Amino acid sequence: MTRMTMIEALRSAMDVALNTDPNVIIFGEDVGYFGGVFRCTAGLQAKYGEERLFDTPINESAIVGLAVGMAAQGMKPCVEIQFADYVFPAYDQITQEAARLRHRSNGQFSCPLVVRMPTGGGIFGGQTHSQSPEALFTHVAGLKVVIPSTPHDAKGLLIAAIEDPDPVIFMEPKRIYNGPFYGDHSGKSVPWSDHADSEVPEGHYTVPLGKAAIRRSGADVTVLTYGTMVYVTEAAVKEAGVDAEIIDLRTLLPLDLETIVASVEKTGRCVVVHEATRTSGFGAELMAEVQEACFWHLRSPIQRVTGWDAPYPHAQEWDYFPSSARIARALTSAMED
Amino acid sequence: MTDAKLSFPHPPSRPDQAPDFSGIVIPEAGSLPVPPVDITAKDCWPFAVGLIRVLDDDNQAVGPWADYLGDIPAETLQLGLRDMLKMRAIDKRLQNAQRQGKTSFYLQCTGEEAIGCGFQRQLEQGDMNFPTYRQQTLLVAADYPLESLMGQLYSNELDPLQGRQLPIMHSARDYGFFSISGNLGTQYVQAVGWAMACALRGDGKIAAGWIGDGATASNDFHSALLSASVYQPPVVLNVVNNQWAISTYTGVAAGKSETYAARALGYGIPALRVDGNDYLAVLAVSRWAIERARAGYGPTLIEWFTYRAAAHSTSDDPSAYRARNEADAWPLGDPVARLKAHMIARGDWNDARHTQAEAELLDKVSEVQKRVEAHGTFVNPKPISPAEIFRGVYADLPEHLRRQRQEMGY
Repeated sequence: MTRMTMIEALRSAMDVALNTDPNVIIFGEDVGYFGGVFRCTAGLQAKYGEERLFDTPINESAIVGLAVGMAAQGMKPCVEIQFADYVFPAYDQITQEAARLRHRSNGQFSCPLVVRMPTGGGIFGGQTHSQSPEALFTHVAGLKVVIPSTPHDAKGLLIAAIEDPDPVIFMEPKRIYNGPFYGDHSGKSVPWSDHADSEVPEGHYTVPLGKAAIRRSGADVTVLTYGTMVYVTEAAVKEAGVDAEIIDLRTLLPLDLETIVASVEKTGRCVVVHEATRTSGFGAELMAEVQEACFWHLRSPIQRVTGWDAPYPHAQEWDYFPSSARIARALTSAMED
Repeated sequence: MTDAKLSFPHPPSRPDQAPDFSGIVIPEAGSLPVPPVDITAKDCWPFAVGLIRVLDDDNQAVGPWADYLGDIPAETLQLGLRDMLKMRAIDKRLQNAQRQGKTSFYLQCTGEEAIGCGFQRQLEQGDMNFPTYRQQTLLVAADYPLESLMGQLYSNELDPLQGRQLPIMHSARDYGFFSISGNLGTQYVQAVGWAMACALRGDGKIAAGWIGDGATASNDFHSALLSASVYQPPVVLNVVNNQWAISTYTGVAAGKSETYAARALGYGIPALRVDGNDYLAVLAVSRWAIERARAGYGPTLIEWFTYRAAAHSTSDDPSAYRARNEADAWPLGDPVARLKAHMIARGDWNDARHTQAEAELLDKVSEVQKRVEAHGTFVNPKPISPAEIFRGVYADLPEHLRRQRQEMGY
């Protein structure tokens, strides 16, 4: 075991995968010689060679399209989109090709592909370095969608994603690449080394896809969240003084409904928290699932705290990013019978 | 005041006009040499704007590309002719079946038979085509079982894809035929990725991308050419220029560019433009490009110059946008008629044998069609289990799909 940041954990996952399986291949913009704009692939090209890890032209459609062709032959491409905000040129290849290849070919071809992308806000990234487009992927049958929140999970989930036989959208909350973020943007940043979940095994291990993690056990209200908002919710729970159960979904598709339902049946209350815009966001799906499965256990309306239905702003970052205060208010409100 | 105004390309003729191909320059057969296999893009201009042709107006195989092919056994040509006639019989029977309501949709490749049939005969087992919906010819020349081909078209229990795909969207991995997608252009860059994997594995196999003239406008055409240029994998990138994209004249996709082949030169990819209705030219250039790829000289783009003689699909009526009998006026003629005439000129064929071969192939196709139809058609359905909808969305059935399947009653 060693202490790792999320960046180091992701790099370690790719190191392990490259070492374990000769079919694993990594490419994207600036990932090769330079090691990635977030350093996630630093040193790996020197270790494994250019044929395993290389730079690409700035063309997201080509990055994923090439990967689909490789994956169909049995290779295991793990490609990077530099920011989730720039995945849209590849949306056709992801949703119409990668997601459907196994189904439409009746299993003749499959697509064991991972598309990594830094996601989320809280870094003054403005409109095109802050988006959280997960709902645009959870709506697509055939994809799996993963968002880790700790270095330990990031490594285990990424290895599991690379080994998974289906295409996985792997979204990395860049706000917590270097340390957890509790929503306090005025204070000093917190390093991962102070956090228990930065203890990461050096070798191979997996965290299973499709399984949520309970980050805080509680009896009063269930919070369904993921990524950076896990930590902001932890801060909010302290502020509100409620005994909340925080569920870090980790995988959005397929969803761990069992863990969610067990928790809401216990607490009778539910708050959904995500950075992404509200309307038709993944929160709507979570609310619908909870309402369908737990209706008779609910003691108050399901609430959601999300980004506003506006493009991600620059100067007004902290009016946009869901704050611990907003989450605390929702928790308090959910506790009113 | 300004002199700036927009240009809107138009076809040379419309339904109320006579066909007009006077703007198309057809060089003489045999006028272009065979370039060295390591030719660079910048030396390829004459090949990219010219037209490689082997069969001349007297139905003789002439010129350097004929020499490159060498002595072709009569059996090879007969095989090519049979492939094309078989394709034509399938088109005839299935077009008819769609008109009878037995299948929901069909797409013919009339006039384009030589391209896929000839190209496929130059590939090896393990090479992979990334076809569009108008390359059933590749399957026919790969001797894909007609039961599977037609089962797919009828979406019945013989359908290898279990009814999930629109008719014509075949997938036949063992026959070097990648799963067809309705989304145009996507497969072109996937072919480059597959070829990159071939090179990484060092397995000696190649990939072939296919795209129509209209779909060259899609962003993945650019993605494919750029990727192929950057990484130099063993891929042959085919552009089938049949002059039409549904109702849209090829000039709308081409703009003022010289040819589609010429586009590749800007990417540093050697490119050739070929008479797509000349089976011998198809054989020769396919062999050259495939050998070039296999020998590690990198990608080649081939523009196959042809004409879409039939309607775009069974949902299309070309009389609404192009001259009547335009196909008859097409200066490169009909690929079947031209190969037939060449074989007769060689003394390897005659009208009686041709008529007999046509009849035999139509009988064979009809016989298989009857058997396949017995397994279900749209007018006499034998439904595939609805539970099939959920199989293969993922490798394993996730919980939410299991619940939906149960909700459906399976």
